[in-house]
Amino acid sequence: MDPIDDIPPVPDDAVVPGAPEVPPQSERPDITLRVNGEDRSLSLDPRRTLLDVLRDDFGLTGAKRGCDHGACGACTVLLDGRPVYACLTLAVMHDGSEVTTVEGLGEGLGGDGELDAMQRAFIDHDALQCGFCTPGQILTAITCVETGAAADDAEARAYMSGTLCRCGAYRNIAAAIAAVDRGDYL
Amino acid sequence: MRPFEYFRPRALPEAARLGGAGASYIAGGTALLDLMKDHVEQPERLIDLGGIGFRGIDETAKGGLRLGALTRLEDVLQSPAVAARCPVLVEALRETASVQLRHMGTVAGNLLQRTRCPYFRDPAFACNKRAPGSGCAALGGDSRRHAVLGTSPHCIAVHPSDPAVALVACDAGVDLFGGDGETLLPLRELYRTPGDAPQRETGLAADEIVTAVIVPPLPAGARSAYVKARERAAFDFALASAAVVLEMADGAVASVRIALGGVATVPWRAEAAEAALTGRPLTRETIAEAAARAVEGAQPTDGNAYKIDLARAVVTRALHRAGGLA
Repeated sequence: MDPIDDIPPVPDDAVVPGAPEVPPQSERPDITLRVNGEDRSLSLDPRRTLLDVLRDDFGLTGAKRGCDHGACGACTVLLDGRPVYACLTLAVMHDGSEVTTVEGLGEGLGGDGELDAMQRAFIDHDALQCGFCTPGQILTAITCVETGAAADDAEARAYMSGTLCRCGAYRNIAAAIAAVDRGDYL
Repeated sequence: MRPFEYFRPRALPEAARLGGAGASYIAGGTALLDLMKDHVEQPERLIDLGGIGFRGIDETAKGGLRLGALTRLEDVLQSPAVAARCPVLVEALRETASVQLRHMGTVAGNLLQRTRCPYFRDPAFACNKRAPGSGCAALGGDSRRHAVLGTSPHCIAVHPSDPAVALVACDAGVDLFGGDGETLLPLRELYRTPGDAPQRETGLAADEIVTAVIVPPLPAGARSAYVKARERAAFDFALASAAVVLEMADGAVASVRIALGGVATVPWRAEAAEAALTGRPLTRETIAEAAARAVEGAQPTDGNAYKIDLARAVVTRALHRAGGLA
């Protein structure tokens, strides 16, 4: 007998073990994110990461796609105030959340106004060379100061260790953070 | 990433019903998405547990802790209650991943993360854990970071979690929700050594969900330490680590629990080492004996015999620190 004939026909009302009784969200769920203070909605393929959406849908290219595996930190953004790797989380999981990217710092995207204190400190301390990791460094650095981790040099370095700089600007990044922490940029 | 259907259930029974063949639960997602991008995990249904909300840290009446399964690792690390009641977990978390991963990763997600074995994570290689029966590329391959304890001829992959090691030393348990209702399982019984079925890493049924981690109260006056050795100073997995929870009375060890990480296929309780210390004073000699017993039965490959010495060293340091001899 052809082996294919061994497979019994599936009855119309068959319940596949483990099959969901609850319907999934639509193939392209709708979500709204509050990005840099502005509500932005889209319907998306659930496979899209937060980084995909920020860069490709919203045109916010400050967060960088470095390793795309949560090892380099170039994609760091603030999600409800927490520093996270945007490459390693699905946008669909964060409906209603607030996102801050480097474009939202200081007086904001496209403005001629003043930069954020940490941005000014990075410039003054030469805390970047190629600049690719800088948006992630600055956002991580801001929370490093906010949480008090910056008060201790070893703790600050450990805090910043998930954000790599292949140019090796670490000493100047640490100096910029220490300067903001001291209150040099109030 | 392969296409999947996305579900965000609002209640546990609904989430459990959605489980089963072809389904993966997602919490923080930092481990799972990485594997999905590499086509190692290819769920047809992705069930986001974030809508159920078992988050938060509760102090239990007798001095223990209940950590909601989806509590962010960074929130556990920063919790004054955890610092007071389970300092060894705080020590382990301080050396876990990076701040960004700790802000997204969850307690249960960390305990249930899969191995970092590079052969598991690359579908081009043979791996009995990823593709049962295909072989083990680590045996005879580059096995410098692989396990020396709890291995089998089918798999030598390391369980990578730091918090799991601290929690096993605390005799923690997990609350499970599943077909039979709620059950409490000792954490160490959750894990399975590879044996001839390395694809099964835990005893969890496909529709069982970890809802909380329960940390029992530590003995009054207990001291603890977590010591981790790794290749770089920060943001790296353990080559070897040890967690110790120690209780002294009348100059002798009244009780001690020792767990090892980075060297075994599961978070490893070193019971022979515990027995070697119990009832005896804590001296350089008794510690050296316990450290040797901790790696009893180790089976190194050509590439990872150094881990036996390293494991002995981290056990020695952890005991010295917990015992105030450092």
